[in-house]
Amino acid sequence: MLRVEARHPLGALEIDVELTVERGECLALAGPSGAGKTSVLRVAAGLLRPEHGRVEANGETWLDTERGIDLPPEQRRAGYVFQHYALFPHLSAWQNVAYPVRGLKPERRARAIGLLERFGLADRADARPHTLSGGERQRVAVARALAREPDVLLLDEPLSALDARTRAAAARELGGVLRESEAPTLLVTHDFAEAAQLGDRVGIVDQGRIVQLGTASELAAAPRSAFVADFTGAVVLTGVASPGPQGGTRVELDGGGTVTSTDAAEGVVAVSVYPWEITIEAAEEEPHGSAENRLAAEVLSITVVGSRARLGLAGPQPLVAEITLASAERLGLKAGVMVTATWKAAATRVVAA
Amino acid sequence: MTRAGLTRAAWFPALLGLCLAAALTFLTLPVVAIFVNSSPGQLIDSLGEPGALDALWLSLRTTAASIAIILLVGTPAAYLLATRSFRGKAVAVTLIELPLVLPPAVAGIALLAAVGPSGILGGTIEALGIELSLTTASVVVALTFVASPFYVRQAMAAFTAVDRTLLEASRTLGVSEALGFLRVMIPVALPGLAAGTALALGRALGEFGATLMFAGSFRGITQTVPLAIYDRFSTDFDSALALSAVLVAVSAAILLSVKLVRGGEALGSAPR
Repeated sequence: MLRVEARHPLGALEIDVELTVERGECLALAGPSGAGKTSVLRVAAGLLRPEHGRVEANGETWLDTERGIDLPPEQRRAGYVFQHYALFPHLSAWQNVAYPVRGLKPERRARAIGLLERFGLADRADARPHTLSGGERQRVAVARALAREPDVLLLDEPLSALDARTRAAAARELGGVLRESEAPTLLVTHDFAEAAQLGDRVGIVDQGRIVQLGTASELAAAPRSAFVADFTGAVVLTGVASPGPQGGTRVELDGGGTVTSTDAAEGVVAVSVYPWEITIEAAEEEPHGSAENRLAAEVLSITVVGSRARLGLAGPQPLVAEITLASAERLGLKAGVMVTATWKAAATRVVAA
Repeated sequence: MTRAGLTRAAWFPALLGLCLAAALTFLTLPVVAIFVNSSPGQLIDSLGEPGALDALWLSLRTTAASIAIILLVGTPAAYLLATRSFRGKAVAVTLIELPLVLPPAVAGIALLAAVGPSGILGGTIEALGIELSLTTASVVVALTFVASPFYVRQAMAAFTAVDRTLLEASRTLGVSEALGFLRVMIPVALPGLAAGTALALGRALGEFGATLMFAGSFRGITQTVPLAIYDRFSTDFDSALALSAVLVAVSAAILLSVKLVRGGEALGSAPR
């Protein structure tokens, strides 16, 4: 188990974090850059000493500012994967992995080769870091962190240095490694999708605080604030809520238009809906079906992502919708076309703005 | 393009070329002249005489000793200056660089005033049983004083250029800062450290003024090659020429090795 408590001023913001990661669990801290996520990792590793804080791992106290305990990084068994991997440029891949291993050279080499094999890198053992690809470097960095047999794993943006094409494969592989590992893992990312994929639980970090903690689907289904909704990828619209018919809520949107939600709320609010919940109809089509929310919008942009089309829409407020490429073609969508964006009141979350 | 336009466009490159040619001629002619004036046979003959070989041997010994001291003390000092910030750091750096701009004769006088027999620390040094007046040890002191800033400055720059997360990574991998310094910082900064060593080596080998003032010029004891050249040039010009040729060869070898080491500098910075 890993427990981290830290209060520390960091430039304009104050880090104030308290978290627990169970054995075998991966907690992903997700938030925009500059939110203080990396500082939490640095506190856990002993690279940053907070004004007030406590770090416990496997029942051992690594840091307790009250009691004046502060183990140096080299005495904390924490495997740290740095954002840019920090591989030693003068050492080969196997020598990097063997760096934390004590003993005679043949043993150290055997141990390193064993780990590299697990990551499918045995044939790159003698390569220097600058000749490795981004994905290979990332795997060497993870192997090196594991070579220490750490009590906890700390990963700082482990995928952000990779290009989009290698990222998906690297994420799958890292997910497998994390599931196998028994060490409590704290991972930091600015990408909610990555956090959802790698973390058993996700903590959304804003301004040095964890503003909401839960499974990725809990966060997406019930964001507690507009910030969380926006960060999880939802469309966020602002307006003023008042009680509607049959226990629902009517929200008069800023800029015009009305939407309804099954959530209860009053006053100034943020309305959120996921892009994939929004369907697109031709503007002249008569309302039909069960979707209660209908907003007229102009297509601004169409971005193709695999078999999906991501539409940028200009309504009373900007909207994003995701539909299949086939539907986009059937509707003859292109920039400048007027459409109606519709979605169900039940898929509409209302949270305090 | 018109003819006038061509001339107007060409005068500046021509000027640049002319300046380079002048600089090259001025800088290489004296060096070339040393070899033109002394035939290989003469060179070997003059080296054969005992005084010349003594001077060469003394130069190598004292330079090696002072470089060893500079590396042992200067490397950790440069690392500290490069990796920590503290009050008065700028002052410390300036003080370390001061001997760079000090005239060698002033350096010699300063050393006499500090650690000479009647200097402020003279008594203490005598009490420690170290004989610093007109001995080979005093040559080492003079060389170290004059040459060390060249190394420390370069080593500081080399350590500053190393990605700080490498040392942090080393610590999170269970290796203390002291061991990480040996296993990561020094190897990664090595091209810069080697360049600094070569600069200090060149300076120590050619040291003249401070050595003459502080250690004197006694054959076999304090007379290094530059002092031996000065000692002979009025009486035995050929032998002075021969010794000069040897120094030129050694210096050129040092310069060349720096250039070769610099070729491997790509290692110095971590991939970003």
